Amino acid sequence: MPRYIQTNAKLTKLNAVLTQPRPIRLKGRSFLALALSPEMPVDDWLVQLDDLAARSAGFFLRKPIVLDLSNLEIRQDELRDLVAKLASRGVRIMGIEGARPSLLAPDLPPALADGKGTSDIEIPAAEEPSAPEAAADPVPVAAAPLRAQASMVVSQPVRSGQSLYHADGDVTIVGSVASGSEVVAGGSIHVYGALRGRAMAGTMGNATARIFCRKLEAELIAIDGYYMTAEDFEPGLRGKAVQIWLEGESMRVAALA
Amino acid sequence: MGKVIVVTSGKGGVGKTTSTAALGAALAQTGAKVVVVDFDVGLRNLDLVMGAERRVVYDLVNVIQGEAKLTQALIRDKRVETLFLLPASQTRDKDNLTPEGVERVITALRKAFDFVICDSPAGIERGATLAMRHADVAIVVTNPEVSSVRDSDRIIGLLDSKTLKAENGETMEKHLLLTRYDSVRAERGDMLKVDDVLEILSIPLLGIIPESMDVLRASNVGSPVTLADGRSAPAIAYFEAARRLTGETLPIVIPGDKRGLFGKIFGRRAA
Repeated sequence: MPRYIQTNAKLTKLNAVLTQPRPIRLKGRSFLALALSPEMPVDDWLVQLDDLAARSAGFFLRKPIVLDLSNLEIRQDELRDLVAKLASRGVRIMGIEGARPSLLAPDLPPALADGKGTSDIEIPAAEEPSAPEAAADPVPVAAAPLRAQASMVVSQPVRSGQSLYHADGDVTIVGSVASGSEVVAGGSIHVYGALRGRAMAGTMGNATARIFCRKLEAELIAIDGYYMTAEDFEPGLRGKAVQIWLEGESMRVAALA
Repeated sequence: MGKVIVVTSGKGGVGKTTSTAALGAALAQTGAKVVVVDFDVGLRNLDLVMGAERRVVYDLVNVIQGEAKLTQALIRDKRVETLFLLPASQTRDKDNLTPEGVERVITALRKAFDFVICDSPAGIERGATLAMRHADVAIVVTNPEVSSVRDSDRIIGLLDSKTLKAENGETMEKHLLLTRYDSVRAERGDMLKVDDVLEILSIPLLGIIPESMDVLRASNVGSPVTLADGRSAPAIAYFEAARRLTGETLPIVIPGDKRGLFGKIFGRRAA
């Protein structure tokens, strides 16, 4: 097939999103990371860290390490210095928790939030030749809900066979969602028209996501993995403007006043 | 430069070929130079409906493969002298349609004709996507029933993404042609109503063709319905659709409406 120069990037992009047969799949995943909590003065704390590292060589090597700055008053240049000093010791910081947004710069590790505590990691004894597999049996950590960020707004009908995938946040469709099409969102789904296809909200593990539509004729609706097919709808709600949400493990559908 | 129109539907048997022939003949009768192109390689029908099946020597695949010149393959209609047919091959495989070849043929036809009407095969495979690729305008032929409407919706999605116009960031002009419409059955609920179809597909309506024996009769004698019997209800509906295609604004009348010719007028033009 010949390639053609694309002039209207916006529309082409939308078309690409609408028709991409296999969209880029994004999944939420939680990992066990070691959280280091530095203390002031940093230099003294680093001496202690060196002592620990001397007792068990390579304890921090190749492990995901998070810096927890919740109880630390630190300036940006000090933080940059600390990250560099840690790097020189072979400790690579994958993220920073508990820092003010203003503290972080593009050249610093990204902010992390909503970390869940697990059992304390045991520091290896001096004689132990190799580092214990701290992450061998991780306590399962519930996936933290992703913060809704970018919204996707589609101002044309979603046609049969098209798939709209937006993992980051809400999807708003000004038009109808046709039978045989699907809309998948990390956040809520708003349809200003008839919903005749499939709508899956909160797919990144967001149980508070909702689905709103002007006219309920959906084939399937799902929130956070719980789903309902057209047969499960109360007959009285079909064709009505409704909202759908999750209450515990059951889906609730109610007409919008 | 002529206008390239694709007549498409997704679903088979809804009246693409009939509509291609009828609209082509209607436009040609106004004096415009029209060519109808059959893209249904392997299952051609347009030659039969046009009554030219015995005059086919070369076809679209021959032209694409360089075995014949375009002028050799074009068949002039015996009744309307500005109407031409470019037939499809019945024996070749549809893989013989190459994107480059189709582009070359369409470009040449566009220069020589006012209207190039491409009769798309059913489905969403190669033949259908090639037929729509170079179009300026699309006519989506739909029957008032759910499977046809859903397939049309799918085709509209493809028209908005897989065509040259869409890839250049332009919007394809799309029109809905509702065929085989039976107002009695629609009223009974056996068929979808006009409003329902328009609401689902949300593209402007080009015309409503009533279900009629005249269409079948015309096809069987190898004549577009707009040539066989210009006074019949489907022929009048096609003539009006052809006028709307050239930019005229005419009120749309639902066929068989007992309240008279202008009883129910659709001013609606959906987005």
